[in-house]
Amino acid sequence: MLAIIIASAPLGFSNTYFYDVGVNAMFNAIVCVGLNLLIGYAGQISLGHAGFFALGAYGSAILTVTYGVPPIVAMLLSAAVVGLLAFVVGRPILKLKGHYLAMATLGIGIIIHIVLKTESKITGGPDGMSLDNFSMLGFTIMGDRMWYWVSGVLLVLTVWLALNLIDSPVGRALRAVHGSEVGAEVVGVDTSSYKVLVFVVSAVFASIVGSLFAHKNGFITPDIGSFFHSVELVTMVVLGGMASIFGALIGAVILTLLPQILAAVEQYEAMILGAIMMGTMIFMPKGLLPSIVSSVKRLGGGR
Amino acid sequence: MSLLKVESLSKEFGGVHAVENLTFSVEAGHIHSIIGPNGAGKTTLFNLITGVYTPSSGRVLFQDRLVSGMKPYELAAMGMSRTFQNLQIFFNMKAIENVMVGSHLHLDRRFLPSLLRLPTVTRKDRECRASCAGLMEFVGLNKYLDADAASMPYGALKRLEIARALAAKPKILLLDEPAAGLNATESREIDEVIKRVAASGITVVLVEHDMKMVMGISDQITALDYGRKLAEGTPAEVRENPDVVNAYLGAHA
Repeated sequence: MLAIIIASAPLGFSNTYFYDVGVNAMFNAIVCVGLNLLIGYAGQISLGHAGFFALGAYGSAILTVTYGVPPIVAMLLSAAVVGLLAFVVGRPILKLKGHYLAMATLGIGIIIHIVLKTESKITGGPDGMSLDNFSMLGFTIMGDRMWYWVSGVLLVLTVWLALNLIDSPVGRALRAVHGSEVGAEVVGVDTSSYKVLVFVVSAVFASIVGSLFAHKNGFITPDIGSFFHSVELVTMVVLGGMASIFGALIGAVILTLLPQILAAVEQYEAMILGAIMMGTMIFMPKGLLPSIVSSVKRLGGGR
Repeated sequence: MSLLKVESLSKEFGGVHAVENLTFSVEAGHIHSIIGPNGAGKTTLFNLITGVYTPSSGRVLFQDRLVSGMKPYELAAMGMSRTFQNLQIFFNMKAIENVMVGSHLHLDRRFLPSLLRLPTVTRKDRECRASCAGLMEFVGLNKYLDADAASMPYGALKRLEIARALAAKPKILLLDEPAAGLNATESREIDEVIKRVAASGITVVLVEHDMKMVMGISDQITALDYGRKLAEGTPAEVRENPDVVNAYLGAHA
């Protein structure tokens, strides 16, 4: 069904600008589906995922531009390094809970942001870096239309993988960590390993999308790794619905489109975003999609 | 044969001796009850045995292996499982999924096959779902097979924890006040479940306040007070013990 929606959406696209927004929405959706595994399913929090996104982007930029590595290799290499980094920092910080974990991940994000900004010899500093199109085996992804289809396929793939994972022994263990850590431990779930695993997985998702984003945009600045971007990602997950894969997807799409729609009343954009966020927390704490689903069920169930 | 041995076990919380120099052993195949007034250290003892706490001193032997200091999930892999006095249910999951998490150790839990939904994973998962449904029936939860854990009443959740613990296929099962907060009928039903668990060959260690239940089903009882052993023996012996009567009813009774 998702594939049909993605495939049919362009029918309403009157120019390439729509494709551009569509690609960004799907990129965000992929990151959010990954992040939702961590936040919604395993019940952990990260306010530093934009950092992993930015590392993926810069990894690709540095490897392809400075060292002439093929884009696909650069992307995978960056993802591997980000995965390793997430593993190394995840081990100690995922012992923390709640606010403490939020603060620690926030710290990681900020460190990455600052490093990208200040190591200007390698990263170009605040001026950013430009890079070439993504090409592989003599085939080059160019233009918003082609990126649209590539990201569409990747999004469907991501959703499929995430749905598989959730309904597997690994996925149940992750959800059990959210439900009760000690309850999971006593039936044999090594909770700390699972928390690290899902942290690494979500970081790798962010890194890969970061690499693709860098190639698609052709130009990146350290601000893609800013705290604001991390919060944006978490907001997408929370708005759409925690522990709902399609919820995270919808949240990502809405929050990507909203600024476009609100462009007419630009000066109020941040205010309206804030109001939506507050409204969600007060009236639909579970998020958009789960709330809609449960009210439909209530009506349909006749109880 | 003693399946579980506790030797001079102590646990201190900032100067308070929750468990002090406690020694006892649990025979394989028995229902062994731990009784004592509130604050006697029963739950602390459970947490020490199952690896939730590490002892201040002393040791715990399970199947003649030193297990104190091991993590709860390592003990689960050795065949030790438990329930909790204050429920530790996964309220974000369906009832049957709660039980399926109990089978965690017996399933294919490699990451990539799970991610790709390989046939080997799904087949085992289907079998697991069926056997977990069987366990839910075993504890009398037939009508909650499709329920969300969050929508179930308290009494049913107590049994759901037992089903989850059984799904781990334990050799020894520690039940922390399985009848607490239940009415007389529910508590009799739990009683039946415990007897059936024991009859299936699983050693049961029981912490319980319901004396009627304890006296009715236990093979062996250890009575605690202020973290120390007050008495031990068969139900008849413990019932007659003057120290136990004092601890429960006060010195003037």
